[in-house]
Amino acid sequence: MTATVTSRAALTLSSRTAKRRSSNVVGRIGLYLFLVGAALFFALPLIIMISTSLKTVDEIRLGSIFLPPRSLDTSAWAKAWSSACIGRSCGGIRGGFWNSVRIMVPSSVLSVLLSALNGYALSLWRIRHAGALLSALTVGAFIPYQVLIYPLVRLSSDIGIYSSISAIVMVHVLFGLPILTLIFRNFYLSLPEELIKAARVDGAGFFRIFFRIVLPMSTNVVIVTLILSVTGVWNDYLLSLVFAGRDNLPMTVELASLVSTRIGVPEYNVNMAATIITALPPLLLYVVSGRYFVRGVTDGAVKG
Amino acid sequence: MLASSAPATKPAEAGSAPGFRPGRRHRTIPAAAMARLALVPSILFCAIGFYGAMLWTVVISFTTSSIIPRYTFAGLAQYADLFGMDRWHTAYTNMFLFGSLYIACSLAFGVLLAVALDQGVKGRGLLQTVFLYPIALSFIVTGLAWQWLLNPTTGLQNYVRGLGFQSFAFDWLSSPNRAIYTLVVAGVWHAAGLVMAIVYAGLGSIDHEIWRAGRVDGIPRTKMYLRVILPMLKPVIVVCVVLLAMDVVKSYELVVAMTGGGPGYSTDLPAKFVVDNLFTRTNIGLASAAATLMLASVVMLLMAFGWFQKRRATP
Repeated sequence: MTATVTSRAALTLSSRTAKRRSSNVVGRIGLYLFLVGAALFFALPLIIMISTSLKTVDEIRLGSIFLPPRSLDTSAWAKAWSSACIGRSCGGIRGGFWNSVRIMVPSSVLSVLLSALNGYALSLWRIRHAGALLSALTVGAFIPYQVLIYPLVRLSSDIGIYSSISAIVMVHVLFGLPILTLIFRNFYLSLPEELIKAARVDGAGFFRIFFRIVLPMSTNVVIVTLILSVTGVWNDYLLSLVFAGRDNLPMTVELASLVSTRIGVPEYNVNMAATIITALPPLLLYVVSGRYFVRGVTDGAVKG
Repeated sequence: MLASSAPATKPAEAGSAPGFRPGRRHRTIPAAAMARLALVPSILFCAIGFYGAMLWTVVISFTTSSIIPRYTFAGLAQYADLFGMDRWHTAYTNMFLFGSLYIACSLAFGVLLAVALDQGVKGRGLLQTVFLYPIALSFIVTGLAWQWLLNPTTGLQNYVRGLGFQSFAFDWLSSPNRAIYTLVVAGVWHAAGLVMAIVYAGLGSIDHEIWRAGRVDGIPRTKMYLRVILPMLKPVIVVCVVLLAMDVVKSYELVVAMTGGGPGYSTDLPAKFVVDNLFTRTNIGLASAAATLMLASVVMLLMAFGWFQKRRATP
């Protein structure tokens, strides 16, 4: 009896596997079609932008958006960088690039350092109401900018720093604190307590433990938070527009102005070249740092 | 004043300052207090920058302020003005329309992508990179890129018409009724990769035992995903929903780059409404009322999230 049972089982199994195998192939093809299609969907805007930036204005006007460029004409890029007209001045987007750098460096360095210090204090030292403090901080991350802009403008102008690099740096640090502190604090919670205890027995104080012991152990977290901060600051538009002052406008703002500056025929190739140049730093960072970027983004998401 | 005095180890003079430890540095602040001290600047900074500022805006919304703040109590006058404005109604309804589509499509697309990648496909790393790269781009760049693609005169419509389909129409961007959907397309393009990354990480954390149990029971894969795996990922998906919802409330730059709020104000969103009224029309009171309503929406969202968490904790 067992023989018939097993043989029947084997038969159904083999026919099931046969059916599964054929539907498997169809399923597999469908799967890859879906994935490749999705990849095309995601890649298309970037491809179009690159191809358009390498065309001449006539090519764009007479041809269609999906045609590849006839020759790789990079004049649009040079023009976007140094001679395109933004409003009344025709200096290209180069100025905006350096402004972005001038805003990003102090903002990100301060953000990461301050958040690391806060996360360290909140996790490895006994602070009363640490949980409540963290919750209050996290809630801050959810407040829409629009609710805070006017008061912050008034406050910064009362201190006398409105419309300057200092103002935009402080604003960026403020808005970066919640998520970055949370990430550092969660990371430091996983450090062994004995490490700190031993250092304290040796007489090290709060700051010495931070700079000599904890910070050197934090390379991974620092990279992740730095990536988050740099990307956020570089891609910001609204805050910089409001707080940075006319002489310090970053690339994103200049880009928007450049694109809406219409003198005669709109030069799509220059516009797209400028767009790509603006997108390039965080994009390169993303491509280079790969796993760290993903971790940063998912960490920031899940922890928040 | 002895010239030959050796460096004095000051003997503990009776009644010297507290915290004085002979043989060490004077007056060391105990490290624990230092920790608290180090936090104070940040606490003050955040208290003023977040909560103080928020309170200020809410207060202004109840005053008669227009170009400059005037602290005369005006009750709900600003809100009444707000509700009488067609533009605000459009902006507010747009937020829900855009928001629900954006969240639903990003979620669906992202989950599909994550599940598809979970099937052991080749080139998974490359595909993930391609799916996720838009998150590295500014919303301005995203908006501009899609604006060109969907622009009737130069983009998709022009191309298909050039292929011979003269009656092909894809002028959503210039149609007051449809322009909002272009925002959805650009938004989903930007965010689906993030959903994919988060859900994919969640999928990876699912115990292999569960898969084996499913195989032993002969459950087909699709049912496995629908009935077993995805319900297990509910907290991950909730996180995605919250994140996406935050994007919706904040979405200023996408509108500016893609449609400028137009045609007319058909694609206006509360975020843009507030900023326009603050800086272009300089009606501080009205803008603050609008901002307070945005805040109220966020608070309700957070409360719903908190309620969901509580429900999850009590089985």
